[in-house]
Amino acid sequence: MSYNRVPALHHINLDIACGHCVALLGPNGAGKTTFFKAVVGLLKPESGSVSFHGHEAGRKIGAAAYLPQRENVDWDFPLTVRGLVETGCYLRLGIWRKFSAEEHRNVDAALAAMHLEDLADRQISALSGGQQQRAFLARSLAQNAHVFLLDEPFAGLDKKSQESLGETLKQIARNGNLIIASHHDLRNVPDFFDRVIFLNGELVAQGDTASTFTGENIAKTFSTPAFSGTRREN
Amino acid sequence: MNWLTEPFHHEFMQRAFLACALIGFTNGFLSAFIVLRRLALMADALSHALLPGLAVGVMLFGLTPLSLFSGALVAALLVGLGAELISRSSRVKEETALAILYTVAFSAGIVLLSFAPVRVELHEYLFGNILGVSNADLWTTYGISFVTITTLVVLQRPLFLMLFDPSVAATQGVKVGLLNYVLITLLVLSMISSLQAVGVILALGLLVAPAATVYLLSDSCAALFWGGGLVGAFGSCAGLLISYWLNLPAGACIVLLLGLMFSVAYIFSPRYGILRHFFNRGHLHRESLERWEKKL
Repeated sequence: MSYNRVPALHHINLDIACGHCVALLGPNGAGKTTFFKAVVGLLKPESGSVSFHGHEAGRKIGAAAYLPQRENVDWDFPLTVRGLVETGCYLRLGIWRKFSAEEHRNVDAALAAMHLEDLADRQISALSGGQQQRAFLARSLAQNAHVFLLDEPFAGLDKKSQESLGETLKQIARNGNLIIASHHDLRNVPDFFDRVIFLNGELVAQGDTASTFTGENIAKTFSTPAFSGTRREN
Repeated sequence: MNWLTEPFHHEFMQRAFLACALIGFTNGFLSAFIVLRRLALMADALSHALLPGLAVGVMLFGLTPLSLFSGALVAALLVGLGAELISRSSRVKEETALAILYTVAFSAGIVLLSFAPVRVELHEYLFGNILGVSNADLWTTYGISFVTITTLVVLQRPLFLMLFDPSVAATQGVKVGLLNYVLITLLVLSMISSLQAVGVILALGLLVAPAATVYLLSDSCAALFWGGGLVGAFGSCAGLLISYWLNLPAGACIVLLLGLMFSVAYIFSPRYGILRHFFNRGHLHRESLERWEKKL
């Protein structure tokens, strides 16, 4: 992957099973967002491929849901929580089909799973940070997404909201979904994630949190400069 | 009550009233997209960029709706796509490129105008002459309104996704680039249909103010589209009547009335007005604060 011929991400070879909560760790500019965009099919890798269950990514639209960073969302948009969750169904409904009773149940179930029933008619800026994250998760649930890609979901949340969001993510993973979240606070990685991916221009390490989240890997990821043209010896 | 019905005794006023209702509604409906997609600057640039296209169209093919339309469309596309090309191929940002291109286009238009054989009429097209609407103009307006509103209603779901977040929309299979071009084309079409009513320059008011007014009053996206349409239609029709009674230019009256409606919403809106902020500095989440205080 590269921008204007500057390589951003390379030598990524990963195989992740469903049902896990995965932390994507790396310094600024390590290619975390690029990684997401490649997985979700927004950017095409120059070489290599991404596949879900054997299908090429981008072919199977909607299987992966991308949740943008909170600061990239226009919170003044005239949209209620329910309206946001309903947009998750648009992909199945296409342009013409009417909102069926089943889709309404789908939306209600997603709202209930994220404990947002009471807030369903609020405009999206009248929510706390944690509630906003859950509203976007509810949309991805309504989309029946299988892979959830979250860009810094814990950023800007207080400790209590972080814990509740972490619990919610684990619950979604227990239902057989795959959660991949970029994350920058190294202190609470073991609390929220059971697997980690270390990224710094290339894949540094990946595996179980217990065995892979080590001081050695952290140092290797955060203290070496990103790929700058010559091959680095590991 | 005679003064109220008197304007409608004239056939030219009946046509003008119909044209105002249609143009006001179409532009008001479209204004929701311009406000949400933050295209106001783009719309401004396009409104100026139409000028050289109109001039060339008139010089080459004479003053017909088709020549004006094709000239305006080509000019708008050249400026819109040119700005995109410059911003992509150099370090200059798109707004900068757009501002350069549209001022250059506008200047080129003024220079070209001095060579045009029908300067006076073209001047009318710039600032509008709603009382001179012909039946052919009215049919053009019908056609453009029909195409614009049908397209927007049919594509409302993908458009909505794109407006809220283009990159997420792309992951849901929305053809964001294509939709953008559709929107710009509709924008140019609406501007052309506004030529007669208020002129290209004042068309911008009709394309931004209605939805901006509703944006201050409502949290519903549907209200923004349909409400924008109603505000636009009402403002245009009422502005036309006021201009008739007071013997003032119609285009200016319409835009002034839209501006007045926006100011009222800006000051008095129950939720987002400045008066409310001024007198009621309380927290927006009163309910949750109360719950929190109860716990203490």
